[in-house]
Amino acid sequence: MKPRRFIAPSALPWLLLAAIYFLVPLIATLLFSLKSNQTGKCCTVANYSWVIHNGDFWHTLKISFLLALETIVISLLLFVPTIYWVHLKLPKLRPVIAFLALIPFVVPPIVMVVGLLRFFKGSPDWFYAKPWGFLAGAYVILAFPYMFFSLDAGFRSIDVHTLTEASQSLGARWTTTLVKVILPNIRAAALAGSFLTLAIVMGEFTIANLAAFKTFPIFIQLVNETQGFPAGALTLLSFGITWAAMLSLLLVGRKRGARGAIVPATR
Amino acid sequence: MAFLELQNLHRDFGTVKALDGIEIKLGEGEFLSLLGPSGCGKTTALRIVAGFDRPDEGRVVVDGRDVTHVSPNKRDMGMVFQAYSLFPNMTAAQNVEYGLRIRRQDKSARRKRVDDLLELVGLGNAGNRYPHQLSGGMQQRVALARALAIEPRVLLLDEPLSALDAKVRVQLREEIRRIQLELGITTLYVTHDQEEALSVSDHVAVMYRGRIEQMGSPAEMYSAPGTPFVAEFIGTMNRLEGTVVEGGVDHGGRRLTIAAAGDRPRGQRVLVLVRPESVEVTQANGSGGGNTLVGDVVTQTFLGPVTRLKIVGDGVDVIADVPTQKALALPVGTRVAATVPADGAQLLELKEDLPVVAEEELPAGR
Repeated sequence: MKPRRFIAPSALPWLLLAAIYFLVPLIATLLFSLKSNQTGKCCTVANYSWVIHNGDFWHTLKISFLLALETIVISLLLFVPTIYWVHLKLPKLRPVIAFLALIPFVVPPIVMVVGLLRFFKGSPDWFYAKPWGFLAGAYVILAFPYMFFSLDAGFRSIDVHTLTEASQSLGARWTTTLVKVILPNIRAAALAGSFLTLAIVMGEFTIANLAAFKTFPIFIQLVNETQGFPAGALTLLSFGITWAAMLSLLLVGRKRGARGAIVPATR
Repeated sequence: MAFLELQNLHRDFGTVKALDGIEIKLGEGEFLSLLGPSGCGKTTALRIVAGFDRPDEGRVVVDGRDVTHVSPNKRDMGMVFQAYSLFPNMTAAQNVEYGLRIRRQDKSARRKRVDDLLELVGLGNAGNRYPHQLSGGMQQRVALARALAIEPRVLLLDEPLSALDAKVRVQLREEIRRIQLELGITTLYVTHDQEEALSVSDHVAVMYRGRIEQMGSPAEMYSAPGTPFVAEFIGTMNRLEGTVVEGGVDHGGRRLTIAAAGDRPRGQRVLVLVRPESVEVTQANGSGGGNTLVGDVVTQTFLGPVTRLKIVGDGVDVIADVPTQKALALPVGTRVAATVPADGAQLLELKEDLPVVAEEELPAGR
């Protein structure tokens, strides 16, 4: 293979433009967050210290993060076998599911949450009153399009039929085939869906607010309304934490197996 | 006793009859090729044997046991697919090992078997490579080793060479045969390539529109095709329509002397079959007559040692293979005499109209 330059020179101006677009707001927020809440002057880390020593910060962060993990786990358990089965046995159903997956995009969150709240009113407390029940359920719906389209792309990139039949002819049941053959080959897609889900849940405000749960975005909003400069610090911290979470997910997802799993078969 | 039996298999897809009463008996250790144009039902038959599809009617019997309704993972059949069937997340060795792991074989035995099999298919050094690091031919070798690893009762191959280069194809088909003979494994091989089928099989079954047109040894299929379709499909054949007359056949008012016509009733409509290599071609001097047909060379196709001539004249349309050296003297436009040998031609009774074989149903390269 001939050596390739890492970046083509013609791409540099665009890359620079993109970097400016993303970095300027971050740098501005950073400078803002370093100002003293009392005097409004630079530079102090007091705002960061305030955030870190705030109990609600850690509490809501934990709730949102666990909610995100729960949503990811439920979504994967629900959608991976479903999409596998649809690709394998019911390909005619795929457009129907793709259409259903668009609904959370089209229906405004406010309509969705009001509908859900009404529908589940009177359901047991462990579900209705706890974020792990009602909110996680709503988030699975919200994450459905992201999970579906990521996984669907993953399933399309492999020859589901041939791989399944090859595995079956070697004696495997379909569950074994799913776990040992299919899953490792759609891992990249499952990871992508999981990232998107994590990002959505960590930043979801409307549903949590209307359903009166105190999640991390609700806390950010509260700080934003009541405190000036610490809100900047909080924003940057949450940004960093979300990125760190994604990175760790990537590392966990990539740890086992080899590059063969990420690179699709030679076609 | 037959080891693998397909009994009266029927399978419809909507209004299309994919299989219309397939009967096959195959002895243990024998190699049968199902040969036919695309859409003839050969792959459907194979998939039913593998258990990926169920017949509407009929049975699949292996070693006396009816397996028609046994699920594919319990049939002990090794299958090699057209392409892309290796598990991309596993190395070649892990692919081969997969079936043994499912069977919970002990690790050292597994290792040994994987090494032996990779050695057998000539990939002793490639065990650690992932499928995307292997060429198409190597991938199919691994797929073969993987199918053999579970010591299947029947080996099924579904056009395993069709995605490969011509040269690799020839090399690999010979190796498949070598390994099959070495292990003595009963094998069902699906292909649309007649050369491939004739070169490796004990028996060839030519399929057309869901039926078996003819089944026999490669030599029988080539020298004595039983139906007009088989005559057309296997090798290249001149087909001349005619009626049996005393001592020969009347072909469009021309009386051909054909030895095989002797024992047929007069007036029977027949098809005279002549292989291109049996047609004698010389430069024309005269108007022909008898078994000599006169026409012009309209095309020359170079095939290596021989060159194929298409000769067209008044009521004449034949192809003839002549030694390439000789063909140099017969360029396009030359008026030639093509002689049909009296005892090198075969006759088939023409019961109905000649089947019109669509272009795409014929093997490639014709």
